[in-house]
Amino acid sequence: MKWRTLVAAGAAMFAAGPALAESVVPQPWQMGLQRAVTPVMERITEFHDLLLVIITLICLVVFALIGYVVVRFREDRNPVPSRRTHNTALEVIWTAIPVLILVIISIPSFKLLYYMDTIPETEFRIKAIGHQWYWSYVYPDHGNFTFDAIMKHDDELEPGEPRLLATDNYVVIPVNTKIKLQVTADDVLHSWTVPAFGVKIDAIPGRLNEVWIEARETGTFYGQCSELCGYGHGFMPIAVKVVNREEFDAWVKQAQEEFARADQAPVRMAAN
Amino acid sequence: MAHSEAHAHEHHAPSGLRRWLFSTNHKDIGTLYLVLSFVFALVGLAMSIAFRLELMEPGTQFIQDHHWFNVLVTAHGLIMVFFFVMPALIGGFGNWFVPLMIGAPDMAFPRMNNMSFWLTAAGGLMLVLTLFLGGAGTGWTIYPPLSSALGHPSPAVDFAIFSLHLAGAGSILGAINFIVTIFNMRAPGMTLHKMPLFVWSILVTAFLLLLALPVLAGAITMLLFDRNFGTHFFNAAGGGDPVLFQHLFWFFGHPEVYIMILPAFGIISHVVSTFSRKPIFGYLGMAYAMVAIGFIGFIVWAHHMYTVGMNVDVKAYFTAATMVIAVPTGIKIFSWIATMWGGAIRFTTPMLFAIGMIILFTIGGVTGVVLANAGMDVSLHDTYYVVAHFHYTLSMGALFGIFAGFYYWIGKMTGKPYPENLGKLHFWLTFIGVNLTFFPMHFSGLAGMPRRIPDYPDAFAGWNFISSLGALMAGVATLVFLVVLWKTFTAKERVPANPWGEGATTLEWTVPSPAPFHTFERQPRIA
Ligand SMILES: [Cu+2]
Repeated sequence: MKWRTLVAAGAAMFAAGPALAESVVPQPWQMGLQRAVTPVMERITEFHDLLLVIITLICLVVFALIGYVVVRFREDRNPVPSRRTHNTALEVIWTAIPVLILVIISIPSFKLLYYMDTIPETEFRIKAIGHQWYWSYVYPDHGNFTFDAIMKHDDELEPGEPRLLATDNYVVIPVNTKIKLQVTADDVLHSWTVPAFGVKIDAIPGRLNEVWIEARETGTFYGQCSELCGYGHGFMPIAVKVVNREEFDAWVKQAQEEFARADQAPVRMAAN
Repeated sequence: MAHSEAHAHEHHAPSGLRRWLFSTNHKDIGTLYLVLSFVFALVGLAMSIAFRLELMEPGTQFIQDHHWFNVLVTAHGLIMVFFFVMPALIGGFGNWFVPLMIGAPDMAFPRMNNMSFWLTAAGGLMLVLTLFLGGAGTGWTIYPPLSSALGHPSPAVDFAIFSLHLAGAGSILGAINFIVTIFNMRAPGMTLHKMPLFVWSILVTAFLLLLALPVLAGAITMLLFDRNFGTHFFNAAGGGDPVLFQHLFWFFGHPEVYIMILPAFGIISHVVSTFSRKPIFGYLGMAYAMVAIGFIGFIVWAHHMYTVGMNVDVKAYFTAATMVIAVPTGIKIFSWIATMWGGAIRFTTPMLFAIGMIILFTIGGVTGVVLANAGMDVSLHDTYYVVAHFHYTLSMGALFGIFAGFYYWIGKMTGKPYPENLGKLHFWLTFIGVNLTFFPMHFSGLAGMPRRIPDYPDAFAGWNFISSLGALMAGVATLVFLVVLWKTFTAKERVPANPWGEGATTLEWTVPSPAPFHTFERQPRIA
């Protein structure tokens, strides 16, 4: 159990523990998307609501047609089949209507795509590096400190912390602030994901992928590695604490003292 | 008369090893493919039941080593794609019924046909060997660097690569065989525009195989060189690019999904037409919709890669191109319904599977439209929503197509009737089982549950439990299918040449049941 030994070495950073009351975690029997806390996720949610209506209507129309056909044209009710095999008007209609529906979908789809993919002016950068099987983070604009975030083993969880989602160190970002996240990996592929932020970006050796995040509420938000990366793929969660500005500044000060600088030899929790 | 003709041919048929190992007869080779795919289907199903049991509750149930969870998921995918669906639809039904439907005495290259099968079988053996060499836990997509020496130092991935090489070579040879057969050996009078839709579907599929598989072969050969001979095609540290592999893989992988579903489309068309006692509605539209799906299938590959960090305009292009596929797919769905419209429908087991396929494929199709959008896909990529989507199209689209074909043609292949009531029971158990398994996965996926994880946060427990119950039910359905097989093969009754009546108009129903060893020694003439 390699990842468990990795986990064992972590020291808890916050005496108070994460602000659990505000955290967004998946709920039992949840049927829809997680609650949105960024403008990107709000737009994804809106777009999904539209798509859900459209696809539900399409399914209902198709199922209604099948239902009618199955009842009305059973052999005992309609013993003599028609020989009709063409109806040009009908064929044009069932080609044209789907095209129209796709146009209706594509307009908001492109708007969403270009909105989320255009990175606005951001206040600072965070770099996330995927490893087998944990994430490490660098804050290059705050003195270049770096730390690892390793999943908490079941017996290390504080009351209320979700199993498989909580980490020993949290990524901390200020609320209502646009930040840029740069993601890469140093071994195999991983994917940095926080559903409530509407972010999923692959961590690829040799590439630096960028996304922007603007969390609109404080709280703790969780995600899981979303690209198969081997033995511990299910056990390298992402946990982000969104705090107000004063708490962020205080955390940065503490982190600068506590964590090594990325340009010095990093302190590893355990051999990789 | 039918019986005496069959009898007259029997002494031509070799027996034992000569018949089955050296077979050059399209029906025997088709049977071999069906047997191979049946065996692998049971193995793939057993694996899926194993990991569904593991996922039935949060925490570790019995798969202690997470690597072996990944191995099961990987083997399940590779087996179902390369050694169940493809051999069943193309090698099995394709070999059996393409020559019969076009009035040809056999395939164009009977010895090559034999080689195709044994290459595929050897590929299957190679895949089984990976399980004894440490196991390949890479996912069926075998993305490097996880599949490189760094992530998988054991020879398991090398053997998986050899497995795909062999199966791929077998499929390419098979594809050439089908193309040559269909272009050159049709009965006089059977123009391309009179050709049965199943033959059309195999023709389009053969072209997809011919163009897509060499790209996969190239990609996995480069991976093999990276692993063993020090090249750096996919190694960033050596100037290579892991994303290049994804482009090559999906240039094959996306056509591959149509390779799996188009022959099922062909089967569904015949079943729907036969049991509605009506000719296919919009035949030409149906044929060219498959051609269009095949063509567009080659220019949408990067919609599997929206999160790798592509240029936004590229993502916009792939979004638009992908959505276009919905149009020819819609034509197929509506034409099947129009074929039933005004018909005199009989609800035999194959017809139930065909209607079930249309319903389930519609669900898989509309979630495909959702996933096509690069913006939306950020929330759904690599979640259980995707697992639900592709199982609705493949597990249900292709599988229901295979079962429809099985019940439709088993009388022609064995000369024996299947038990109708057991067949219907099999349908209903399967239909409910797969829906119970895969529909809740939409919910777990939307809530954010990633694919390919051996344990999950406790909140996902509810829907996962339902999914696992569904998988068990599908397992019970398979036991019923085994009984169906037993009852069919031990049946005393015999099936006439055409058991389905005037709705069945293709040439295979003009020869006796079971189809004699040699058919169409004299070419039929099509009016
Ligand atoms: Cu990972």
